[in-house]
Amino acid sequence: MKTPTTHERVVITGMGIVSPLGADVETVWQAILAGRSGAAPTTIFDASTFPTTFSAEVKGYDFRRHVRQAARHEGCSRSSGFAIGAAVQACRQAGIDVETPCPTDGIDRTRMGIYLGAGEGSLDSDAFFAAVIAAWNPQTNEFFWPEANRVVFEQMQATRELEQEPNMAAAHLATLTGARGPTRGCLTACAASTQAVGEAMMLIRHGQADIVIAGGAHSMIHILGLTGFNRLTALSRRNDSPETASRPFCASRDGFVLGEGAAIVILESLSSARRRGATILAELIGYGSSSDAHRVTDMHHEGRGAVQAMTAAMADAGLTYRDIDYINTHGTSTQENDSVETLAIKTVFKERARQVPASSVKSMLGHLIAAAGAAELITCVLAMRDAIVPPTINLNDPDPELDLDYVPNVPRKMPVRVVMNESFGFGGQNNVVILKQYSEARQKQP
Amino acid sequence: MESARVVVTGLGAVSPLGLDADQMWAGLCEGRCGIGRIRAFDPDGLPCELAGEVPDYNIQDHVPRKYRKSCKLMCRDIELAVIAAQQAVLASGLVTKGIDPDHVSINPARMAVNMGAGIISCDMPELAPAAAVSTTEGRFDIRRWGREGLDHLTPLWLLKYLPNMLACHIGIIHDAQGPSNTITCAEASAHLAIAEAAQILARGDSDVALTGAAEAKVNPVLMVRQMLLKRTNNTCNNRPSEACRPFDANAGGSVFGEGGGVLVLESLDHARRRGARILAELVGIGQSHSIGPAYARLEPDGQAVRIAIEKALDDADIDAHRLDLLIPHGTGVPQDDLAEAQGIQAALGEAIDRVPVWPTKSMLSTTGAACGALDAIAAIQAITTGTIPAARNFEKAADGCRLRIATEDIRRPIEHAICCSYTHGGQTAALVLRRYDERTTE
Repeated sequence: MKTPTTHERVVITGMGIVSPLGADVETVWQAILAGRSGAAPTTIFDASTFPTTFSAEVKGYDFRRHVRQAARHEGCSRSSGFAIGAAVQACRQAGIDVETPCPTDGIDRTRMGIYLGAGEGSLDSDAFFAAVIAAWNPQTNEFFWPEANRVVFEQMQATRELEQEPNMAAAHLATLTGARGPTRGCLTACAASTQAVGEAMMLIRHGQADIVIAGGAHSMIHILGLTGFNRLTALSRRNDSPETASRPFCASRDGFVLGEGAAIVILESLSSARRRGATILAELIGYGSSSDAHRVTDMHHEGRGAVQAMTAAMADAGLTYRDIDYINTHGTSTQENDSVETLAIKTVFKERARQVPASSVKSMLGHLIAAAGAAELITCVLAMRDAIVPPTINLNDPDPELDLDYVPNVPRKMPVRVVMNESFGFGGQNNVVILKQYSEARQKQP
Repeated sequence: MESARVVVTGLGAVSPLGLDADQMWAGLCEGRCGIGRIRAFDPDGLPCELAGEVPDYNIQDHVPRKYRKSCKLMCRDIELAVIAAQQAVLASGLVTKGIDPDHVSINPARMAVNMGAGIISCDMPELAPAAAVSTTEGRFDIRRWGREGLDHLTPLWLLKYLPNMLACHIGIIHDAQGPSNTITCAEASAHLAIAEAAQILARGDSDVALTGAAEAKVNPVLMVRQMLLKRTNNTCNNRPSEACRPFDANAGGSVFGEGGGVLVLESLDHARRRGARILAELVGIGQSHSIGPAYARLEPDGQAVRIAIEKALDDADIDAHRLDLLIPHGTGVPQDDLAEAQGIQAALGEAIDRVPVWPTKSMLSTTGAACGALDAIAAIQAITTGTIPAARNFEKAADGCRLRIATEDIRRPIEHAICCSYTHGGQTAALVLRRYDERTTE
């Protein structure tokens, strides 16, 4: 493999989001600064008898409003539709031509890649359950496969089945943008889009691409997704009060709020951004990735993997814990995550642990699973832009064990130059990125 | 700095041709076909009743004693990945926690796992009792499912089916605490995972990576998906061994299957320091994206295949004339094979007449995410043995295919081999592997 002669600096030149709090960046940001929650009773399907009856849905969204050639994406999955809207916004801001066979933006398409943490399409549950029921004999406990085969083959549809595959969101974005460079997609649960952003940054830093359309898209608000998380007892059951259900770091937290959406950032080498005269929104300066290698069911009790990822990200950025102004936490509102994450921050930030603001926007957005990290990354960029740290809402019942500065309930005006964004995936993947206000001066190299 | 060289020091494969990499290679050399009538379930009623299935195994034999309890959380995709990883680590001579916890020879924080995985379909009979109590007048009733049906599922049910659990179990068994990623780009997943693992080593973030992919497609939902996408051969149910015919004039679709392949990648420095046996060097990575009018098909001129190959050759700093073997994706779907052939022909130029092309899916079937890993392993075995076995089920080239398919065994030193893959959805990838020669290491 070729050795690049220089390390490219990596900057963000565009952002787009489709989320439970709105389908454009400024609307979402204003909702977050106002401390609004995106949670409400689930409407995508009838969840009224599930242990958890609410979620944070994307409401009133239609991808067709974001594109001229909607027919090319007809039949796309819910999450691919989110990705399309978010990507169009991000590309517009970055000055990347979309939906044109002959772009005039001066970007070499073979040097433009895509890296998404994208989830599955929603299973065709009508056909699936019809097949299971038809094939099962409850008297004999026997499963008659030919009957299942028949129903599946008769009822499932080609496009919907194709859209099940998690690589399809990237396919739609390639069609949209003409991207021909390195394309990857990962699905490391709740850490996926932070990992996608981190690895995309590495592709640019090491010269494999000039631009990567990076981020995530996911909806697990489907029958089997909600079933799975309910069985794991990972979801909040505050059915009478969805908007106060996501309460990270609160003593009375009882689980996360399942959300959905997409968030896309345009990552670009500084030289490409300068050449094109693109507006630089922030610089990505560090990435750390690790694995708990502990248990499939639990996080490492001391947050060993989280500490390693945070430490690696700072080393990569050439910074120490003294340089971080704000931590955008994973902060899911589960007992386990919030305790372990707090412990990990204390380990890494030592005497500064209680001084560095560490908030969770999941208290408002809900948990966008694979798309969570990228959505949160966008709030980090805005925090730097507006010199204001987003709050953790619903924090009115502090857990005496959790004593960091979680920026309770109201946003805080303060200069923010360097941000750490954390994502920890179910199964132990930990990913942390560090971003910085852009300035001409070259950062120190690790 | 991205300067470290990356080598392969261990291989593990579970495939329709056997439970280890040696059996797979022996099968490939004999031209044996691993495709047969589906055994995992009764395929009666499906247009294509064929699959490439892995021989029977007992997962308990392939995990450390202490980990046996966790096997109940493994779906078949995870099992295949875990078996392949165990084999690859053993072959590499590395001692991880999963091999011998008292004599670990590697720093766990410097070991990465990067696996390709498919989207895993849940097991129908497992859900049946829950669905059966959730009906009203014989139809699925979601209110009853929410009220009582879902309680019939084991609490940890979801964990069996998350794609990142392949890497997760491997990471726990071998105590790999470095970066862990799961690439979910369908049939290009393995090459993309291997590429990323190599880049992680090259940039110095780990010393060793367990990388590859696994997928088990032999269930009605995933098989029907391929049938609906018109990728299966539905006319060969009584002649399974002739069903998959990449680039052949009589090709009529592919056959899908299951498998797992894991490579131990290592920085050259680390491998040499511990005196490892080096099987090959990974020298080139190329990637692109197909942009076609139909997502389920490769664009007709195979441009994204061409770009991926050209980028991989450029990364390896060689021209196409120096290739001694090309393993194409070659599924046996005529339209896709033709598009891929166009892309390969455009990338290789005049070298097209001398580079032997060896498709493997006629024997291994299309094993989803795993196929790129099995091909990379086969390429390394071809390099280490100086052998390209004859292709199976290739008699007459399809119209428009000018590839030089290896119709007889070829025995000669193989300096460079390239593997290609693509996926519905469009991702394409190519990897260049080089014979490792001690003398050229300085």
